[in-house]
Amino acid sequence: MAERISMIVFSGTVDKLFPVAILTSGAVAMEQEVDIFLTFWGLMAFRKGQPQANRKISKDFEEEGKAMMALIQEKNVPSWYETLKKAKEMGNGKVRIHACAMTMDLLGLKKEDLDEIVDDVVGVGEFVEEAQKGKVTLFI
Amino acid sequence: MSVELKVDRTIDARGSFCPGPLMELIRAIREAQVGEVIEVLSSDSGSKRDIPKWCQKAGHELLAVIDDEGFAHFVVRKSR
Repeated sequence: MAERISMIVFSGTVDKLFPVAILTSGAVAMEQEVDIFLTFWGLMAFRKGQPQANRKISKDFEEEGKAMMALIQEKNVPSWYETLKKAKEMGNGKVRIHACAMTMDLLGLKKEDLDEIVDDVVGVGEFVEEAQKGKVTLFI
Repeated sequence: MSVELKVDRTIDARGSFCPGPLMELIRAIREAQVGEVIEVLSSDSGSKRDIPKWCQKAGHELLAVIDDEGFAHFVVRKSR
């Protein structure tokens, strides 16, 4: 059985998208598979143009957000999106990014409204069934 | 006693954060021929644990970890 990490990405703030990208990189480095299920705010953050435009920080860290973003820029840390994209390229098919069908329907979104990094639109049933194949599932 | 290591390619990943140096090492190893030696310079504190772990998992030989001022040299031979 291939080692796999599944992530349910519910949050759409930059501070939470960073760990999604970095965990994906780590998993790819260690030759593991990654399944990402984008839902609600997480999916909103993957609408076309959003990965580049989004500057939102979790409400509970709002005060520190600006300083943290400035530090990230100052130290030339690649954006979460760039990091995720690179990890996906390096994973060569081992990283799959799915959009939640329910959120798509609710918001009236189509696959072409999403960033190209998203592979497909799946139902929650398929995702949880797939997630059974791995030992780790995270809700972010 | 000093041992001389013949390095085929050096990657300067200093200033790059975890897991940047590891990712750069993996990319370089993929591009290299079996037997070639890759050196990566990293100032990221995660590399100290991650790079040996990765070498073990991916089946490449970690020839040396040498501490320098504020960074370390990781020397890896592509073994497969």
